[in-house]
Amino acid sequence: MSVLVISEHDNSTLKPATLNTITAAIEVGGDVHVLVAGKGSQSVVSQVSTIVGVSKVFVADNAVYEHQLAENISKLVVELASDYSHIMTPATTTGKNLLPRVAALLDVAQISDIIQVESSDTFVRPVYAGNAIATVKSTDVTKVITVRSTGFDAAVPEGGNANQVTVEQVIESNKCRFVSDQLVESDRPELTAASVIVSGGRGMGSGDNFKLLEGVADKLGAAIGASRAAVDAGFVPNDMQVGQTGKTVAPDLYVAVGISGAIQHLAGMKDSKVIVAINKDEDAPIFQIADYGLVADLFEAVPELESSL
Amino acid sequence: MKILVAVKRVIDYNVKVRIKSDHTNVDLTNTKMSMNPFCEIAVEEAIRLKEKGVASEIVVATIGSKACQETLRTALALGADRAIQVEAEDALDSLSVAKLLAKLATDENADLVIMGKQAIDSDNNQTGQMLAALLDYPQATFASEVVVEGGEAVVTREVDGGLQTLAIQLPAVITTDLRLNEPRFAKLPDIMKAKRKPLDVKTPEELGVEIKSNLEIVSVTPPPERSGGVKVTSVSELVEKLKNEAKVIS
Ligand SMILES: Cc1cc2nc3c(=O)[nH]c(=O)nc-3n(C[C@H](O)[C@H](O)[C@H](O)COP(=O)(O)OP(=O)(O)OC[C@H]3O[C@@H](n4cnc5c(N)ncnc54)[C@H](O)[C@@H]3O)c2cc1C
Ligand SMILES: Nc1ncnc2c1ncn2[C@@H]1O[C@H](COP(=O)(O)O)[C@@H](O)[C@H]1O
Repeated sequence: MSVLVISEHDNSTLKPATLNTITAAIEVGGDVHVLVAGKGSQSVVSQVSTIVGVSKVFVADNAVYEHQLAENISKLVVELASDYSHIMTPATTTGKNLLPRVAALLDVAQISDIIQVESSDTFVRPVYAGNAIATVKSTDVTKVITVRSTGFDAAVPEGGNANQVTVEQVIESNKCRFVSDQLVESDRPELTAASVIVSGGRGMGSGDNFKLLEGVADKLGAAIGASRAAVDAGFVPNDMQVGQTGKTVAPDLYVAVGISGAIQHLAGMKDSKVIVAINKDEDAPIFQIADYGLVADLFEAVPELESSL
Repeated sequence: MKILVAVKRVIDYNVKVRIKSDHTNVDLTNTKMSMNPFCEIAVEEAIRLKEKGVASEIVVATIGSKACQETLRTALALGADRAIQVEAEDALDSLSVAKLLAKLATDENADLVIMGKQAIDSDNNQTGQMLAALLDYPQATFASEVVVEGGEAVVTREVDGGLQTLAIQLPAVITTDLRLNEPRFAKLPDIMKAKRKPLDVKTPEELGVEIKSNLEIVSVTPPPERSGGVKVTSVSELVEKLKNEAKVIS
């Protein structure tokens, strides 16, 4: 048994979801090797080399890999695949974009979004927006898997000492060209890695009103999330969406403000340790899963919350 | 330009799925079924490209049992020109679906395949990417804006950090995200007209695709229940409970 993990990074920093994926890989058993494909990503390579449990790092450093395009990176992964029983990535937008291509090229199934490793061939994953939990067994020679971060602790980032191996293959992506990125800059913790999240829904009424949540988030060191309705209404950018089709989060504390609690939203946050809901409708479904519910107008409750923290 | 749209019939998004008491699978008997919401967006995008004069024909396809013809008729009523049902069991694995769609895309000579990013039953988010790999086509997944021009599609994608724009050469595969467009509703006269639009039925054997899956469902269980908690009456009570009872803030 040996597992190849495809790391996720922006050529300078390793994305934390990779650490959770490495834990899943360690649970499968055997050697854990990590591919860092990028351009000028030496610092990522150094970060990966010290992760406890990783014994080898493949380094594919070339301009063609700068934007992590699925078209060529899938082929690069396939070149390495024959030595591995398992190939894993985080179930992030980058991982979801890439890995099904790898599976198809290897003519095997992909197991999406696992939250548990039962054994080296049996995995647990939510389906139907988390309203059913499926245990699936694969008899494919190579198991191709994306890993939901909230299902696994982060691997220990310091203390390991992996070998570095250079991968020479340069595979072009001539049918797909990167045009631009509009990434949202924020000083707050990343949503999927935050231990406290304050989220706003349609009840916030406008993008400006999200400033109210910032005050609370500042005091709690929290990330800010949103429902789809808040994103659709243009209050906040898409990268803040929590839910079945947005991000899955499981912080220690999730505060839902002006969010009704549709199943698609719950799918992304109901594994949070403690859930607080602030909503003026006492029958809002969110209260059925909230540990602490406050029936109140958010425009009064949120400023008061900020000043009492 | 010809567009192939793949649509899937799934549980209606407003319905909470039941699980069989023996935990062998979900129970879909007498459950309301609809077109997967992401596929509705795919159909809508194809229609808009046709209305703009970019596309000349829209072929809509589904892989599944006869009941899926209903979903195809919906797409025809919305504006697709022709439909193809590939007769197969429902809940086929994504790789087999992708192989069947690859054959259809090749036979039809489609310049663009548009599909949903994810089926809300399996939550797989795989089929489009697999199809693109099998055909060695470029892909733009999770699209929130599509512009087709001069033999390529410039697509804005919703990614974890914000947005990314890619230019992909046609033929290509695009998968839709929720904000790409707002699908229209079918009008009654169009629903009547759709009954007369062509709908072909094919089998995997005719298409020369072998269906196999090495993935077996061991069990399907309900998620752990979250017991509803308490209502607090004031912000100060909330803060006190978070500090002293839940101990999640200090
Ligand atoms: C295929 C599909 C995928 C989806 N994926 C997602 C997803 O990933 N994430 C997601 O969130 N949604 C998703 N949705 C949408 C989901 O079904 C709901 O429409 C959405 O979650 C509703 O957002 P909301 O709770 O903010 O808005 P609403 O349901 O409109 O709720 C607003 C709430 O705010 C409260 N409120 C209003 N004013 C105040 C006030 N002054 N003070 C206090 N409370 C107030 C109201 O009582 C109400 O409960 C998806 C839908 C589909 C079809
Ligand atoms: N049985 C099917 N028939 C037609 N299209 C499908 C089928 N299954 C999946 N698809 C397409 O693939 C998309 C993504 O599905 P999935 O990869 O299963 O999450 C769907 O939105 C459809 O466009």
